[in-house]
Amino acid sequence: MTVSDLNALLPLIIIAAAAIILMAAIAVRRNHQLSFLIAALGAVSALISLPAVSSSAPHQATGLFIVDSYSLLFTGLILAGSFITLIFSYERIESQAGFKEEYYLLLLLATLGSIALVSAAHFISFFLGLEILSVSLYALISYERSDAAAIGAGIKYLVLASVSAGFLLFGLALIYFETGTMEFARTSFPAAMGSVNIMLFAGYALVFVGIGFKLGIVPFHMWTPDVYDGAPTPISAFIASVSKGAVLGLLLRYAGKAGIPAGTSLFTVISLVAAGSMIAGNLLALFEDRVRRILAYSSISHMGYMLTAFLAGGALASAAVAFYLAAYFVTIFAAFGTLVMMNQGNARADRISDFRSLAWKQPWQAGVFIASLFSLAGIPMTAGFTAKFYVIYAGAKSGLWTLLIIVAASSVIGLFYYLRVIIAMFEHYDADEATDTPRIPVKNASAVTMAVLLLFLVLLGVWPGPVIQMIADLAVIR
Amino acid sequence: MMPSTTMALGWLILLPFAGGVFSWFAGRRSAQASRWIAAAALLADLVLAASIVRTYPALTGTPAGPADTPAFYHEWLPQFGIGFNLALDGLSLLMVLLTLFIGIICVIISRSEIRHRIGLFHMNLLMATAGILGVFLARDLFLFYFFWELMIVPMYFLIAVWGHENRRYASLKFFIFTQLSGMLMLIAIVGLYFAHGGNTGIYTFDYRQLLGAKIPPAVSIWLMLGFFAAFAVKLPVFLFHTWLPDAHTEAPTAGSVMLAGLLLKTGAYGMIRFMVPLFPESVAAFYYVGAGLAVAGILYGAFMAFSQSDVKRLVAYSSISHMGFVLLGIFTWNEIALQGAVVQMLCHGLSTGGLFILVGAIQERLHTRDIRSMGGLWSSMPRLGGIGMVLAMASLGLPGLGNFVGEFLVLIGAYGKSRLIAGLAALGLVAAAIYSLRFIQGVFHGKVGEREGHSDAGSVEMLVLSALTAALIFIGVYPQPVLDAAKPALRKLTAIAGAQQQPVAADIKDMSAEETGAGK
Repeated sequence: MTVSDLNALLPLIIIAAAAIILMAAIAVRRNHQLSFLIAALGAVSALISLPAVSSSAPHQATGLFIVDSYSLLFTGLILAGSFITLIFSYERIESQAGFKEEYYLLLLLATLGSIALVSAAHFISFFLGLEILSVSLYALISYERSDAAAIGAGIKYLVLASVSAGFLLFGLALIYFETGTMEFARTSFPAAMGSVNIMLFAGYALVFVGIGFKLGIVPFHMWTPDVYDGAPTPISAFIASVSKGAVLGLLLRYAGKAGIPAGTSLFTVISLVAAGSMIAGNLLALFEDRVRRILAYSSISHMGYMLTAFLAGGALASAAVAFYLAAYFVTIFAAFGTLVMMNQGNARADRISDFRSLAWKQPWQAGVFIASLFSLAGIPMTAGFTAKFYVIYAGAKSGLWTLLIIVAASSVIGLFYYLRVIIAMFEHYDADEATDTPRIPVKNASAVTMAVLLLFLVLLGVWPGPVIQMIADLAVIR
Repeated sequence: MMPSTTMALGWLILLPFAGGVFSWFAGRRSAQASRWIAAAALLADLVLAASIVRTYPALTGTPAGPADTPAFYHEWLPQFGIGFNLALDGLSLLMVLLTLFIGIICVIISRSEIRHRIGLFHMNLLMATAGILGVFLARDLFLFYFFWELMIVPMYFLIAVWGHENRRYASLKFFIFTQLSGMLMLIAIVGLYFAHGGNTGIYTFDYRQLLGAKIPPAVSIWLMLGFFAAFAVKLPVFLFHTWLPDAHTEAPTAGSVMLAGLLLKTGAYGMIRFMVPLFPESVAAFYYVGAGLAVAGILYGAFMAFSQSDVKRLVAYSSISHMGFVLLGIFTWNEIALQGAVVQMLCHGLSTGGLFILVGAIQERLHTRDIRSMGGLWSSMPRLGGIGMVLAMASLGLPGLGNFVGEFLVLIGAYGKSRLIAGLAALGLVAAAIYSLRFIQGVFHGKVGEREGHSDAGSVEMLVLSALTAALIFIGVYPQPVLDAAKPALRKLTAIAGAQQQPVAADIKDMSAEETGAGK
């Protein structure tokens, strides 16, 4: 390991150092505000370090990590997501009984695992990153130990994640057995597609099971609604965006430059998974009455859209997926941000009926939520529209017509439940019954964050050119 | 015609957009201010449109003077070959004028009906107007789709928030129908983009460059169907129409006027501008299906209109019948039929818009839309009755009123291509007489119903309705300016897409010189 290796791994090191400092600080004296500051400072300084690191990219840091523009792009997304999660968490954790400081420690570790995943170039770093992420998430999901639903969600995630990790390990072992190496570059999908090797195919299938669980795609999606429901709201947002984004980043990297060749059995399997996710996610959401579960099901379908773009293959696939992910980050944080604000203090809002008449009572908050729902539905002038167009663009280029028709049909089903929430917000109300539904308390930090998210949400919908160009330049897998 | 660049086209869309935002803010303090700002923004837009016409006399079809028409281009997403590409020709101009005229009327008539969230109402109204203007001006397929989707959202809110009893169901149905078909069109647009790019190496969404793209027939038919789905839902074509009666009935009056007067026209416009010129062979092969659906729509709409007891539903179904003529004109695709389709689009917007205002006014007074509890209203509201009579006559195609010119020209055009289809379509005129007269009899004549003794139309209502009927009579008696304005644009479109179509009988072509006389 050389100095330049250390330089390339600077974001990882900063986050790890922040975690250690935080741990030491907790040992000396518990202070919620200080813990928050250390964590936030860690995330921000890691973000600031990115331009400096990019000057030395691409750089293979030891056999385990590769730091290139692609990994740095995803690292940036992850860090930004973690930072927003931190801000959303502060108020909630503040009002909570029990130890508060470890929460930030765990969040930093989860971020560390995510960055390791997107920089991984080797099975070891892949598995290490995944486990650091998962183990931190077990604890984060159940962080409110007085809440039975949180404990339940944590256990569900723990059991399923452990099983899927077992699958993943076995798959990795099979691939290693066949190829004799654990480096991504020499074991990636296309290289092995020349000959039909049952052992290798089983290995890839098992790895895909492990990845599929993390992404929450059909048929490994069962945990999503329960976990989104039980976890603290900021953590639900974190799982929906950062955790899934990191795994998706890894999947793209592992598939390599060419992606998965059309016509192979693996391609068929992933097509079916994508189609199933789009259809099942949207259909299941139709019968939900709780907004958080609706968002969970909608995330299943969005993973299906991203897999469609992924299947398109080539440079366009990674650019489309990365852009979709960026748009989805903005959207999902705006949506969960509203939920976070609505669940502060004594206020609890989860069912659709809790959002009744919100548009008249608190137009700005409702406006952000409506914009995020429209973005999820892919309506023009929002980030989601550009993202969906990108998916169709990438899919059409590779001639994935069947999948595109499913994208169209299922996103219309999706519209149905997004509109249900929106129409509830526009229901008439009389001033007399104003106490009926909770009022959102507005905190400055959250309000600024939401305003910035809204700005990006509209910007990516109206003038996405520069961002598309930037992402297309960066999201190149070598 | 040479296009020359002008920023004015961008302002044409931006003005209502900005007006909507201001009107929303103003609405928080004063409802009156919100209304005035909305009306002023649209009026200013109309003045702007008029000044564009003055600068570019070629738009009105006058042969004298410079032959250039305005266009506007700005880079938007160069990575994909997408530009902010606007242009105006005679066809677009007619639609833009109709849009602004109807838009102003919508603001005026909402003054008494809309009593809550007035600022937001006007914002949605103006946003929808801006989206519709964008649809009529866009010359980039992506931009077109962008506006196409954009106009749906405010329209949805207009129905969902300010509509009648069953508004949730109706608005949802409307949104879902248009979204699904719109997505199919988007896929077709992207498909066309790659098909053209693969052939020529030029990857662009620019309409002018995509015209004449050589696409194998097997692919072309699918792409055409994608476009057809979106336009057929909007128009609406028979079998794709089920959202329309619900949406029109549940919308507030301004919403119904907007839907019937403008939104349906975007479907017809899309077919004339995009579907046929882009895929002429596939459309030609599709002729009997398209024309058959048109005839079915004409007859079915008329039949259903006759059997409705809800007057708003009656007018809604009559829309399906009238728009059937437009569809027939488009699929016939010769100059006369297209002229007829364009005139019919304008006149249907005016006459049906007027009927919805009339029905809205009656509902406001009687608190019912049931024709069975009406009757004898002429005695208490003679003014509304008189206007209603003229509008119903327009609807049934009485010579001297605009709709007659449109339907007649469409039938002449269609006759040259298929006598059977023209003959069947002509039956629609008879059926229109039946439901229109039933409407007049049931509402204004006969025994005085249970709900009687109401005030007649006020001066503002009369002003609006008179303006609409005056426009109808003008087009009915002297349609030449409309035909002149549309002619160069339609000539160009038929020249692009006409080569593959069957030639029209020569004697019918000669009649184009006399066609205006027929309208008198």
